[in-house]
Amino acid sequence: MKLTHAALMISTALCAPAYAEMLDVEKDELKFGFIKLTDMAPLAVAYENGYFEDEGLFVTLEAQANWKVLLDGVIDGQLDGAHMLAGQPLAATIGFGTKAHIITPFSMDLNGNGITVSNEIWEQMKPHIPTMDDGRPQHPISASALKPVVEAYKDEGKPFNMGMVFPVSTHNYELRYWLAAGGLEPGYYSPENISGQIGADVLLSVTPPPQMPATLEAGTIYGYCVGEPWNQAAVFKGIGVPVITDYELWKNNPEKVFGLSAEFVEENPQTTIAITKALIRAAIWLDENDNANRPEAVEILSRSEYVGADYEVIANSMTGTFEYEKGDVREVPDFNVFFRYNATYPYYSDAVWYLTQMRRWGQIAEAKPDTWYDEVAKSVYRPDIYLDAAKSLVDDGLANAADFPFDSDGYKEPTPAADIIDGVPYDGRHPNAYLDSLTIGLKGEQKVVGTEVQG
Amino acid sequence: MTTIDPEFAEARAREERRARLFTRINKADGWFKVLGLAWITPILRAAAGDNPQAQVREIWRLLMVPLIAILAFLLLWGNLAPRVQTSLGAVPGPAQVWEQAIVLHQDAQAKAAKRDKFYEQVEKRNQKLIDAGRADDIKPIAYTGSPSYYEQIWTSIKTVFFGFLIASAIAIPLGIMAGLSVTANSALNPLIQIFKPVSPLAWLPIVTMVVSAVYTSEDGLFAKSFLVSAITVTLCSLWPTLINTALGVASIDKDLVNVSKVLKMNTWTKITKLVLPSALPLIFTGLRLSLGVGWMVLIAAEMLAQNPGLGKFVWDEFQNGSSSSLAKIMVAVFTIGIIGFLLDRVMFALQSLFTFSNNR
Repeated sequence: MKLTHAALMISTALCAPAYAEMLDVEKDELKFGFIKLTDMAPLAVAYENGYFEDEGLFVTLEAQANWKVLLDGVIDGQLDGAHMLAGQPLAATIGFGTKAHIITPFSMDLNGNGITVSNEIWEQMKPHIPTMDDGRPQHPISASALKPVVEAYKDEGKPFNMGMVFPVSTHNYELRYWLAAGGLEPGYYSPENISGQIGADVLLSVTPPPQMPATLEAGTIYGYCVGEPWNQAAVFKGIGVPVITDYELWKNNPEKVFGLSAEFVEENPQTTIAITKALIRAAIWLDENDNANRPEAVEILSRSEYVGADYEVIANSMTGTFEYEKGDVREVPDFNVFFRYNATYPYYSDAVWYLTQMRRWGQIAEAKPDTWYDEVAKSVYRPDIYLDAAKSLVDDGLANAADFPFDSDGYKEPTPAADIIDGVPYDGRHPNAYLDSLTIGLKGEQKVVGTEVQG
Repeated sequence: MTTIDPEFAEARAREERRARLFTRINKADGWFKVLGLAWITPILRAAAGDNPQAQVREIWRLLMVPLIAILAFLLLWGNLAPRVQTSLGAVPGPAQVWEQAIVLHQDAQAKAAKRDKFYEQVEKRNQKLIDAGRADDIKPIAYTGSPSYYEQIWTSIKTVFFGFLIASAIAIPLGIMAGLSVTANSALNPLIQIFKPVSPLAWLPIVTMVVSAVYTSEDGLFAKSFLVSAITVTLCSLWPTLINTALGVASIDKDLVNVSKVLKMNTWTKITKLVLPSALPLIFTGLRLSLGVGWMVLIAAEMLAQNPGLGKFVWDEFQNGSSSSLAKIMVAVFTIGIIGFLLDRVMFALQSLFTFSNNR
């Protein structure tokens, strides 16, 4: 009797997706773009586990050459949606770079990036890094250890180049944050000069993620900030050493988002909800039972049509560890977070943080009031769509209502000082006050004119 | 009555049979040469009982020497490759490349199975729609998975032929014009000289922007990346055909031209009856060169335009940077080489079919 009961329960559980009410989607054949990075995992998992099909969607996933091509694809409609840098929808909407209204109903993950320097630079940094009792370097490593190295290069008249993946990428801001926290000037943008190298100690330039290791190896750059697996790839290839992960930089910082054009969302509201549902299920699956499904996810990602790097390289960061110097493997259980800590909820405060960084480095040339930050965040980040999808999943019995912040006003609790490397707390409700509290960077009414910061 | 020596008659019949056999072998030899199988002829000759020593020498030259060269190449490669260490591991030798060729084949089979499963899913969904009384909503759904290696090869071949056909359709008429009229020739010549040496990489950004601007239809008969690659192929493979056609047409025997004048042929008849037949060998030489150039250009174009063919395969593998990437890229290199060789042979065969002169 008990057995049949159990069997019945199991079979109901298994059949649940089939009973789920299929949304009446407006467009069922979709094409999504992605960049070969481990944080595209929710897309690959939603495809491979059939979550898209459960929603009546037939999705083709296509790797894109770089972030610019990907964004243009979404803007001109070749792609229906894409795995995007959190800064991209915001920058596109406010018109930094190509102008287009992009929205995001789903945040793809937290953390997942690292900063790697070449072996040569690492050797020069090492004397400035305090060691632990066992002789291994003490983490997190501050950029102040890099400062003497950069100064030595400067004295010799050699430019110190580092790579990041896109002007409005998380990596650009994280690398800048790390450098500035260590007392190095990462350089400003101005409306006339969008190289981002005005007054810079370290010259940052753009390289597509998969080419980072090759560019480092070629000696064009001395270090880079990029998502996984390209930091671990440097370790495996023996060409570089990751010095810090973004988890150590800012605990549980928001990372990629899923971006769609506002037009698409307007024309296909049901489809958007269906996509979001499938992605939430994928995120749940990725974090389920303490990352129990991660090895399987790594296997999927290592296929050549997705990330395509070796299983071991991807697994190194996806399964709760991170390898710094060769052999120095440390536990970083939250290096990649896909669902825990409300990772998938598109918080306004996350959007505001990116906007503050754009302002901090001059990509937003003029001071804006706090209300402006709030308005832009609300026009791009769409928790309303996210919560519709979440509710639908809860109704279908596919998700747990307790996992979603249904009554949030869209702003995260302020991040405490202890969670950020330089101890500057962040509260998304007061962006201007936050900008004033940062040592390096534009604040108040300051402007970049020519090669000078004025005001 | 004269008595015929029966042995003599038999010998003569045998002689005749042999002669016939050799004529056949010689005829077949032409085709073997076209197909790149020239080494079969001496074997057949030896089997038919021709002077064995001469045939052995031929077999040695046509079959053994190339085989030994290939073997020597493989040995050298297998020996030297592991000594070059890259950040992706040692450069793969023949064994690893073969291994990856098998992996790609198995992957293609796995993908075929996945495709079948996908269509089952679609069937199920359609059934569900019928059950829900929405049979009208059923429509064909394109497969959403990634293409297998064989599909990528096929895409490349389709792209190159599409571009090549456009190129031929433009180049042959222009070439005939330039060949017939001195004025047209001096008008076209400077343009040809300027555009001929331009690399596909320079054309590509322009083609991309133009295609994006002009080809805006939503139904998508062709993917944009396909058009961009194909048109780049067109732009680069136009020139050999154009130049050779012009040359072929211009060098028609003056007597023939005079005959056409005497017969008062109109231009069309002149072109079809006289110009084309005598220019055909050179036109085909041009086409053959064009297809070769097109194939070479295609890989670069596909890499940058992200057309899902062999070029994209190479690029993706380079980006993946896994331990098997280099070996997979080498599989692609051999595939590209072999297909290029086959394409050339196909053109050569066509040329032999259509032309009767020795001017190959």
